[in-house]
Amino acid sequence: MSKYYVNKFLYQVDRDPELLARYKSEPKALIEFWEKEYGQWLGATGNSVEKTSWLEFTDKERKALENHDYVTLFEIGAHFFLCLTIYIAIYNDDYMEKYGPLSFQREYAAKLAHWEGKDYPSVQI
Amino acid sequence: MAELTAVLATTHHPFYLKATTAPPEERMPQADEWKSKVEAYRETLTAANPDILVMIGSDHFHQFFHDNYPTFLIGKQPIYDATYYNEEREFGIPKYTLQGHEEFSGFMLQGLLDRGFDFSVSHELKLDHSIICPIITTRPEADLPVVPIYTNIFAPPLPSPKRFWDLGRAIRSIIDEWPSDLKVAAVGSGHLSLELGGPRQFRETGPDPEFDRNAIEWLSTGNIDAILENVTHESMAGSGNATHGFMDLILMMGIAGPIEADYVDNLDLFHTMEMYMTWYPKGRGAN
Repeated sequence: MSKYYVNKFLYQVDRDPELLARYKSEPKALIEFWEKEYGQWLGATGNSVEKTSWLEFTDKERKALENHDYVTLFEIGAHFFLCLTIYIAIYNDDYMEKYGPLSFQREYAAKLAHWEGKDYPSVQI
Repeated sequence: MAELTAVLATTHHPFYLKATTAPPEERMPQADEWKSKVEAYRETLTAANPDILVMIGSDHFHQFFHDNYPTFLIGKQPIYDATYYNEEREFGIPKYTLQGHEEFSGFMLQGLLDRGFDFSVSHELKLDHSIICPIITTRPEADLPVVPIYTNIFAPPLPSPKRFWDLGRAIRSIIDEWPSDLKVAAVGSGHLSLELGGPRQFRETGPDPEFDRNAIEWLSTGNIDAILENVTHESMAGSGNATHGFMDLILMMGIAGPIEADYVDNLDLFHTMEMYMTWYPKGRGAN
């Protein structure tokens, strides 16, 4: 498991409008592109000389990212702020138009309702 | 010596500007009340007539990430850019450029190191909404130089609540020792109970209104003992997964000291309780 690598993906994609648009429209291809062009390079701010040799997604992490599956991401301890922010960016406008303000945020909460009253999975790495 | 004329501790709600400038048909019912409370709060800073602002906030994974996330960091620059692309996108917050004050940043950094707070320092810091939201609410002219200080309330493991209090006390003593004729105000933002990306997010109130009421009571009466008895990382998580931003409000009370606040207001909004608190360390009307 690499919560760090999952968070690095969410962090780098959310802050880049082009990556974000591709993550919305073609998540599987974007993840592969990101791994090659961003994930394997040292740090999180766009270095393209020094590599990190050992970081990779588990199958579960990759599938959760491909499916925009914020419930699984919550359950593996991906950072709540990164998840919320990126999926608001991807879904909020469409939900707003169809179902009204905050409808995406409330559905997000409802899908996590089984965690209420329990200790949440830790976001600590 | 410099004079600390006001200490402001406030929640930062990134949607304030959007909510209060929306066209009438999109305006939320509480927008007018929210605006008038914020403008009344703004007066508490204006009345202190500051020349420079020490500002406390926390980077929300904008500049800093898990590859290198500082526990405590100070900026030391002549100028600070502010507001990231994804903050403009989500919150509608505009870009700002704030003046810095390198001499005071340097004095603060050395004073912190001398007191056992081994700070990181950045000479290319871009500020996020934890600093810009209070600029928008308390000093929208954005015309004063700032000394920005970041804390980690965001990427655990986090420093303890006691450490935030002690850091506030240290910052206060450094302000008091700064050989300058300038008037300093300290403005910091954090949260009461808050849930982000969890099952209790975006409800009609914050996730733990009882904590919110207690927190305001403890802060407004300068009751650090009650805070340290009642508030732990675990208890904050129980009140909402992003409640740890409360520690920045503890820090602000540390700058003021264990004294009663001079101005206390709050607003119960959907999703969160807003809090507006000001201490005048030399007494009300001394400025």
